[in-house]
Amino acid sequence: MLSIRIGLAAIIVATIFSASVSQVTAHEHKNWNAVQSKAKGQTVYWNAWGGSERINNYISWVGKRLWDDAGITLKHVKVTDTGDVVSRVLAEKSASKNKDGSVDLVWINGENFASMKRNGLLFGPFTQILPNYSFVDVENKATTTVDFTIPVDGLEAPWGMAKFNFIYDSARVKQTPKSIAELLTWTEENFGRFTYPSPPDFLGSTFLKQALVELASDPSSLRSEVNTPDLLQETTKPLWAYLDNLHPNLWRKGSQFPASSAAQQQLLDDGEVDIHLSFNPGAASSLIKSGELAPTVRTFVFEKGTIGNTHFVAIPYNSSSKAAAMMVANFLMSPEAQARKQDPEFWGDDTVLSITKLSSADQKTFSQIKLGVATLSPQDLGPTLLEPHPSWMEYIEKEWLKRYGQ
Amino acid sequence: MNLLKSLPQRLFSLRYMPVLTLLVFLLPVLAGLISSILPAFGYFPAIGNSDFSAIAWRELLAHPALPSAVVTTITTGFIATVVSLMLAATFVAAWHGSKTFLNARRILAPILAIPHSALAIGLAFLIAPSGWIVRAISPWATHWDRPPDVAIIHDPYGLSLILALAIKETPYFILMILAALDQSQSEQRLKLARTLGYKPVAAWMKAVQPNIYKQIRLPIFAVLAFSLSVVDISLILGPTTPPPLSVLVLRWFYDPDLSTRFLAAAGAILQFIIVIGAIGFWYAAEQGISRFARIWLTLGGREFFERPIRLVSKVAMRTLTGLFVGSLIVIVLWSVTRRWRFPDFLPSVWSFQSWNNNIYNLLGSSTTTLVVGLASSAIATVLVVACLENEKRRGKYAGSGALWLVYLPLMIPQISFLFGVQILSIKAQIDSSWISMIWTHLLFVLPYVFLSLSDPYRTQDDRYVKLALSLGASPAKAFWKVRLPMLLRPLLFAFAIGFAVSVAQYLPTLFAGGGRFSTLTTEAVNLSASGNRRVIAVYALLQSVLPLLIFAFAMWVPNYVYRNRRSLKGM
Repeated sequence: MLSIRIGLAAIIVATIFSASVSQVTAHEHKNWNAVQSKAKGQTVYWNAWGGSERINNYISWVGKRLWDDAGITLKHVKVTDTGDVVSRVLAEKSASKNKDGSVDLVWINGENFASMKRNGLLFGPFTQILPNYSFVDVENKATTTVDFTIPVDGLEAPWGMAKFNFIYDSARVKQTPKSIAELLTWTEENFGRFTYPSPPDFLGSTFLKQALVELASDPSSLRSEVNTPDLLQETTKPLWAYLDNLHPNLWRKGSQFPASSAAQQQLLDDGEVDIHLSFNPGAASSLIKSGELAPTVRTFVFEKGTIGNTHFVAIPYNSSSKAAAMMVANFLMSPEAQARKQDPEFWGDDTVLSITKLSSADQKTFSQIKLGVATLSPQDLGPTLLEPHPSWMEYIEKEWLKRYGQ
Repeated sequence: MNLLKSLPQRLFSLRYMPVLTLLVFLLPVLAGLISSILPAFGYFPAIGNSDFSAIAWRELLAHPALPSAVVTTITTGFIATVVSLMLAATFVAAWHGSKTFLNARRILAPILAIPHSALAIGLAFLIAPSGWIVRAISPWATHWDRPPDVAIIHDPYGLSLILALAIKETPYFILMILAALDQSQSEQRLKLARTLGYKPVAAWMKAVQPNIYKQIRLPIFAVLAFSLSVVDISLILGPTTPPPLSVLVLRWFYDPDLSTRFLAAAGAILQFIIVIGAIGFWYAAEQGISRFARIWLTLGGREFFERPIRLVSKVAMRTLTGLFVGSLIVIVLWSVTRRWRFPDFLPSVWSFQSWNNNIYNLLGSSTTTLVVGLASSAIATVLVVACLENEKRRGKYAGSGALWLVYLPLMIPQISFLFGVQILSIKAQIDSSWISMIWTHLLFVLPYVFLSLSDPYRTQDDRYVKLALSLGASPAKAFWKVRLPMLLRPLLFAFAIGFAVSVAQYLPTLFAGGGRFSTLTTEAVNLSASGNRRVIAVYALLQSVLPLLIFAFAMWVPNYVYRNRRSLKGM
């Protein structure tokens, strides 16, 4: 029975993508109905990072809405590291467990996506048949179709926008640095008051990427896969020189780094450091609301822009509830779910949708969201710098460990 | 004919229980270990590699973080074991039979009951530069309005990790020493030595310690193996750049780059080799020391640093128990905090928001914790009783060889065989199910239940059962009506120990539960990286309360049942 169901889902998707463009709308409608009716009663095990209370509550709300609307049971499997999920799907493939896999939906991007795509661990393409995908701002938000330079190819559905930024306590810091170079001068004047989480924590790695993009002599070379050691060494030389200068000025003189970005948040609140890193422009406002940070914290970014990317949800190839997982992905992209996600009261994560594509009622909902005292307006948030190809990060993380990790 | 008829009965008879028990828990460990060894040598068909090679080993040995990770692992593991053992031995030697000792003994069970990770979380809240101790003396005594810039937790030398291990393992050693005392006529030996003029510590060291050492050797090896390979408290307190080997291996297992699995498997096997090597080294050192000690034993000295040892062991024990109690209190405080900035001594805004916001998750993970803990300790207790009853009826006692087998899962690092167990359970189609969860927990629960139940069971006076038999009762009736009721107290105590062990399991839950099962411990450890002390505290607190409740229950029930049985009351 289950294999028939999976087979059906595959057929539906295959039919849709083989249909000619003009017929897509009609087929889509019919087949989406088929997906909907099949999804009813299914359980979706959604493996998603569980380190934030607010995000966990948001996911619980999604589960409640899907149960009420579509009869789908959503179970949030909280993971510390998405690599764990990749590992599990892999263990299942190694044991030839090609159906009834333990993961139905996974919150993912970047390296983990590249790895699952390369090893054929993903189901799809599926995003184009999701009705709400038509609202996604694929025209202006380039990272919704290219994930860390890897083409998405419909294998993951965009969920939220991330942009690297800094959180600081305005009661303690008067002047904030405007570039990676100014940050170095700032640490010289504010000895021991800055640090970053040790890579491979994603914010620690992003800090290194930000420095690399700003310091590299030829940033355009970062956009493609690198496999010559000469190019690697030449391009990253300014980065290592910079870090060698920076580290002695850091918290614990750079001999110790926070284990995670969340640990650094606590350091900021305890006053051990003055600056914290974030990937979410609304984080500071939300954290004030929940009492986790002082009401005086604010956000700043660098003048020439900071790294930005998109985070997604994807469906593993051996999920037993693909129809329901697609329903969840579709709901996550709905104006209702995206608006709630943007509200710092609930999460404060930027939408992947194009506001102009929405109905006027939905546009109004978005415009009424109060961004919060510590959130920068879209125009103050500065330009978005693109992620380097994952091959650069692999080298940098290893090299960092060799230079500073012992 | 007769033989065929009784076949089913024979298969289920008690005599097969020891074999069944060993199969149930040794087979997965050994099979899992083998399944982990194969990828270490390049055999991993799932990612398209089935040629044997030593590439992973070359990569492992060339890894930049490896040398210092191995050094950290070995130093913290050995120091934690040596310190805990010395402290336990000197404290018992100096204070056995005194009021100080009776007071200290009362806190042993709670310390044992509370999971390592909960204690580590509380300890971090207490001793960190921004922790409660610094808050208590700031700014009035220290003039610090910001926490001092020193590494206390996650320190590069692993000192806070060693401290947490010492708090947990010292009470365990004390209990093991006390259990060994009961079996070795120590009281008489001690009295004799004292009448010959030996001072307490010298009397203990010379007349008792050599005699009981053999009996606590296996627990020492288990603690050594645990300290060398522990993952959860290393994540919470251990060094970060680089972490101990066990954390490094776990990280490799979870690396998005799938080819790192080979490196992880090789690391897991290296971890196994380190533990085996460490046990071998300990054994050799032990032989060397005992040779010198033999000379010292017969020199006739009546004193052995009596005053310093009495003083140091008392202060050290007080410090450890003080840190333990402080950790628990600070967990309670953080769980009801909304704002608590440095250097305030107490929270400025109190709230139950962390409880309210997480109520469903708390109920869910508490239920999983309870079900898995109760089921695995119940199964373990039944299997152990069946094995022990089989011994009694056949009049044959398992030798020390069998004890080694029981200890085996405790001496093989978890990370070295759990990945293999995971692949096997997927092949058997029982992965991420209640069966695999309970079974995997059973591997660790069973040894502890066996260890705490075997002595009371073996030493129980057989004349009561014989009397019942002579009065015409069947062996079964004598067992149910006489043996079990009399053993109720140790039975429930063993059950409670098993439950506490189950609650504490982090890595086994992670691997066996396929992420679909979250217990209070997996939630607490995962959240501990999140830095939100309020939520972490809620999980750590519940994680501590559940085993304490089961212990309280295990103590209350016999008192209630025996309320009309005066001679069983104080047993």
